[in-house]
Amino acid sequence: MKRACAMLVAALLVAAAPLRAAEIPPDQRRSGYSFMGPDSKAMQDDDTANPGMLWVLDGEALWNKRPGAANNACADCHGDARASMKGVAARYPAFDKALGRPVDLEQRINLCRAQHQQAPALDYESHDLLALSAFIANQSRGMPITPDGDSQLAPFIARGHELFMQRQGQLNLACANCHDDNWDKRLAGAAITQGQPTGYPMYRLEWQTLGSLQRRLRGCMTGIRAQAYNYGAPELVELELYLMSRAAGMPIETPAVRP
Amino acid sequence: MASALINVPKRAKRGDIIEIRALTSHIMETGYRRKASGEIVPRDIITSFTCRFNGQEIFRADLFPAIAANPYFSFFTTARESGRFEFEWTGDNGFSQTASAAITVE
Amino acid sequence: MPNQDPSARRNFLKVAGSAAILGAMSRVMLRPAEATPAMLNFAIRNIVGEAQVQTGRVKLDIPPLVENGNAVPVTVSVASPMTADDYVKSIHVFNEKNPQPYIGNFYLTPASGRAQVSTRIRLADSQKVVAIAQMSDGSFWSASVDVVVTLAACTEEL
Repeated sequence: MKRACAMLVAALLVAAAPLRAAEIPPDQRRSGYSFMGPDSKAMQDDDTANPGMLWVLDGEALWNKRPGAANNACADCHGDARASMKGVAARYPAFDKALGRPVDLEQRINLCRAQHQQAPALDYESHDLLALSAFIANQSRGMPITPDGDSQLAPFIARGHELFMQRQGQLNLACANCHDDNWDKRLAGAAITQGQPTGYPMYRLEWQTLGSLQRRLRGCMTGIRAQAYNYGAPELVELELYLMSRAAGMPIETPAVRP
Repeated sequence: MASALINVPKRAKRGDIIEIRALTSHIMETGYRRKASGEIVPRDIITSFTCRFNGQEIFRADLFPAIAANPYFSFFTTARESGRFEFEWTGDNGFSQTASAAITVE
Repeated sequence: MPNQDPSARRNFLKVAGSAAILGAMSRVMLRPAEATPAMLNFAIRNIVGEAQVQTGRVKLDIPPLVENGNAVPVTVSVASPMTADDYVKSIHVFNEKNPQPYIGNFYLTPASGRAQVSTRIRLADSQKVVAIAQMSDGSFWSASVDVVVTLAACTEEL
């Protein structure tokens, strides 16, 4: 009887399983870059033509500025970002022991501002936060994504995975419906892609500006007619965390260019 | 914060034809877009870009709303003497941005 | 609009100069919701006046299929010796279907050495792009390309 129950539950789980396909095998993972035409690729490849480099340049200036009452620049603690920030963006979001939860790169910058610079937090998608995060992530360009190995992250990654698989919105679609199951197809004229987070913050031609991974995630949610989580919401950080673990080993491209 | 990214070779031989690239931050708001509320977003564009070498104009462009955000230009000039390129962008709402780059010509 | 045949295109540019068409255009200009082929001609006449525009000498490089119309790479190059006596004075780029027909004017000098300009432009829809060069002898030369613009599948509210 007990066994029959368990089997029934299993059957229900299968029936209710929202998806048909499994995750993308590691050897089939592809950056959004590989879906682009030669002109968009050229725009990303050439630093003198890549508009994202404007933010990187501004971020470098901000790195050396003292914005708060503590009269500390990022550089005063971290020195030359080319050395100290190398590989940092490749392992974010990372576990913050004091908070007991993961924080993404943008939140880390704001924590630093609050704790060490006594400066006000920067809003998501503000020019300065994009510039600083682009400058920092650019120091990891070419390095493989290496998720923070802290075991306390496991439940957060699992929740991010659940969110990725969960159907939502009026179109009743999960992230996985497009980005695991149909990445080799097109939606109207546009490639669907695998949703790999390798190039953030990135310059999206559709945005005509640089934007964060959270902006991209919120845009996807709006696209499937779901209520997007607020910037900085734990759910968005968990999704970022899952996406980075899903992309482990893929090289960072910041600042990427995408259509 | 506005910024510009200039690419000019640091050195050139006299008579070389060199490529100059200039990229600058600007939203280039067309004046044709509407917010969700139906309100038109007012035009805010760069209208002029000029490059001078040692004070003399070598390239100029008139920009219209159809120039992409964060305008990018590439153009050429003949290296004749050492000196300084000066770049100037002007536009709506008193926008003004300058940048410069030096070249040594042998 | 026939534009495959270069000679047809040349006629098409020539026709637009008449006063009647200019008069009609100024009324259209009051409501520039979307440029029209007639507005494109009007814009071109604004630059070239009554001069004849010949096809040739100008090369317009633009991807035939564009992934996003917000930043389309364009390169215009003109065959010219670029000497003090024989050079390209200016290059003008136009479009057919944006809210207005002008894209950019570029002014060169003999010291430019090479008559080539690249930029990135916005194309609201699939349409024709025209580049016209004015030579130092006062002649005008042109090239045009039809561009297909694919629209993004997922967009955000402004």
